[in-house]
Amino acid sequence: MSGLARRAAAILWKDILSETRARQGFTAMLSFAALVLFMFGFAIGVDNDLLERLAGGLLWVAIIFTGTLSLGRTFQNEELAGGTRLLRLYPGDPRAIYLGKLAGNLVVLAALEIVLFPAAAILYRVDFAAQAGPLLLVAALGTFGFSVIGTFFSALTVHLRARELLLPLLLFPALVPVVLGSVGATDAFLAGDPLGRAGGWLRLLASYDVILFVVCVWIFPVVLEE
Amino acid sequence: MNKLTMLGWLAITLIAAGSVLGLAVLPADALQGEVQRLLYVHVPVAWVMMLAFFVVFLMSILYLVQRQLKWDLLAVSAAELGVLAAVLTLILGTLWGRPTWGIWWAWDPRITTTALLVPIYAGYLVVRSMTEDPERRARWASVIGLIAFVQVPIMYLSVFWWRSLHQPPSSPQSMWSAYGLVMLLGFVAYTLAFAYLWLRRYRLATTELELELSGPGEG
Repeated sequence: MSGLARRAAAILWKDILSETRARQGFTAMLSFAALVLFMFGFAIGVDNDLLERLAGGLLWVAIIFTGTLSLGRTFQNEELAGGTRLLRLYPGDPRAIYLGKLAGNLVVLAALEIVLFPAAAILYRVDFAAQAGPLLLVAALGTFGFSVIGTFFSALTVHLRARELLLPLLLFPALVPVVLGSVGATDAFLAGDPLGRAGGWLRLLASYDVILFVVCVWIFPVVLEE
Repeated sequence: MNKLTMLGWLAITLIAAGSVLGLAVLPADALQGEVQRLLYVHVPVAWVMMLAFFVVFLMSILYLVQRQLKWDLLAVSAAELGVLAAVLTLILGTLWGRPTWGIWWAWDPRITTTALLVPIYAGYLVVRSMTEDPERRARWASVIGLIAFVQVPIMYLSVFWWRSLHQPPSSPQSMWSAYGLVMLLGFVAYTLAFAYLWLRRYRLATTELELELSGPGEG
């Protein structure tokens, strides 16, 4: 197990290094996310009450749109340099590749959310800080579920023609329970959870996360076969 | 007449019998009126959809364990029928919903999750069509077939989890027995029709694969 963790950490470190040396990717991602938030503002119009009520949903859609673009690059960068084949040649469990890439995506998405949550709070005039603790839990569970499926499908679609189209096509339907759970829990907490509904959404989110994590880790070696 | 053709005729006969009973012999539902007769098709077709996706799931696992292309061909044959059945279920459901609920579409968990199954399995079919190598195609498709099935229990259980417009399934206790019998006939008839079409499609898929493997210019 420690071998698996060590290999995964090595891959994570390699990705963080290459990401921090060429920061353009992350900058472009942040700008895109900001644009999405603005687009919602334009589409809905200057109606602060409405924007405030929709904030949870809009924020999660912005995270998922931006995240999907970033997920597509997970294995694409490797593929361009022939890296997937080299990674496969290293001894040990190929699941380490999945876990390392998953951890990398979690880091990138966390960095994105650190900017996106305050930006949405300002633009849509919602007070995330008042419910910081519970919202952090929602963000963690939602981001984890998103990354688990996203990293997996990113590996699956990287060899396909039209992968930019196919990744969201496969990913979005599989994400629906994650979106429902995250948005439901976010909205419930923002409203102070008067009906006690947040717990149910969190349970849905957590159980879906666990199921998909187990399935994805289990069958990932099949995806990587040549 | 071979066995498969006989199966086909049996399915057609039973569907015809069920349609005559459902349309002409049984009286219309006291509350819902004539439109309730649609349910004799809607419910069995929805069942066929779940059955088909379960078959995809099972065949995908068998392929991943045994790595024989026949399991993959059986999976894709069921996936196509599943998508067809899902679309039919939705169309019949909206036709029934408009007069009964007063709306074509509701953001109801059961309806929404059923509708989502269509793009999921369409994705399965698209990925296949974009992969040339049969082994790779089978491998990736099996992985998707496995993961996609996670959504089917969610769809089925959604009516129990979230109380909404779409009702949970009726039980024999909650239906007049004659309705129940025609419904049961529908289940048998459409399941046989599924089996027939599935095996037919599988034969065609086998031939297609042979042609593909024999390469251009030779076949």
